[in-house]
Amino acid sequence: MSRVVRMIVFAVGGLGVAVLLGAAIARMPHFGSGHHPYRTLAVAAALARRAPNAVSSVNFDQRGFDTLGEEMILVGSVLGAVALLRPAHHESERRVPRGGRVLPATQFAGYALLPVTLALGLDVVAHGHLTPGGGFQGGVILATGLHMAYVAGDYAALRRLRPVHWYSYGEALGAGAFVLLGFAGLAAAGAYMANVLPLGTFRALLSAGTVPLFNIATGCAVACGIVVLLAAFLRQELLIGEDER
Amino acid sequence: MMWIIALALVFVAVGGTVTALTTDPERQAVTLSLYGLLLTLLFFVLSAPDVALAQLAAGTVVVPLIVMLAVRKIRHVREGAEDAARAERERDEAARAEREVGEREVPR
Repeated sequence: MSRVVRMIVFAVGGLGVAVLLGAAIARMPHFGSGHHPYRTLAVAAALARRAPNAVSSVNFDQRGFDTLGEEMILVGSVLGAVALLRPAHHESERRVPRGGRVLPATQFAGYALLPVTLALGLDVVAHGHLTPGGGFQGGVILATGLHMAYVAGDYAALRRLRPVHWYSYGEALGAGAFVLLGFAGLAAAGAYMANVLPLGTFRALLSAGTVPLFNIATGCAVACGIVVLLAAFLRQELLIGEDER
Repeated sequence: MMWIIALALVFVAVGGTVTALTTDPERQAVTLSLYGLLLTLLFFVLSAPDVALAQLAAGTVVVPLIVMLAVRKIRHVREGAEDAARAERERDEAARAEREVGEREVPR
């Protein structure tokens, strides 16, 4: 395709996007107005299913199938990145490098924040249906929490803390549990991801039916997926070098 | 409330511009992280704490870290290639010098 043809194709496509986007924005409710048809319906539905965090209810109950797609995108991207980052045939792994200079204050902060961050991540996953957060946010916090060991300058400790194989199983387990929970809804109520569990009391830890279970499955998949992803990047950067020729 | 939103929007606009204008990718990872923090602030002010939390964790920590690691890896590979090229050039020059010395010595 020549440059002119490419520009024409881009101009047609860009014009189409601009027209549609302009039309959509023109019909949007005004900024800061009280008219939110989607919010009104979604919040009412969330409260009816006893999930105070309406966002979690939308993500894992009202339009859970979308979240399944997002989850699979994450799993697929991690898989693709790890496949690309594996050592090439002319590369080999070096010894674990000794830690460079790390300020004592950084080291202390890293080790002190490691357990705190992990606890925060678990809390955000477990209370996803009650307070802001959920499986995705909590999962990312858990994954970054582990890397506090790296911030403290101890790559060897990070490697001991996360045997990558187990985390790749964990990612598959979390994603698989998400899919199977959906099928449980199909078997029990005839609709994929139907909320079939008892709803419990409003604002209790065990409430909102299947939403906390989906949160835990997502948290497991996301935390393990990001650990595997960062492990592949860290390994490339710190351990893998070109072979001597 | 409106002026807080306006302030957060201005911060995001400035942060985005600074990030886009940072040319060195390694520094850009840092400005990207700060920009992520400003976006987190905006989402929070717009009463979307769920999105703010996701942005804080993914956009401020994980993505800049991945960018930083990728940039450093590319730099190492480039340096390795340059070293190899320099070694080869030096070897060639030494060989040529030896040959020249040899040619000069032949007529004698």
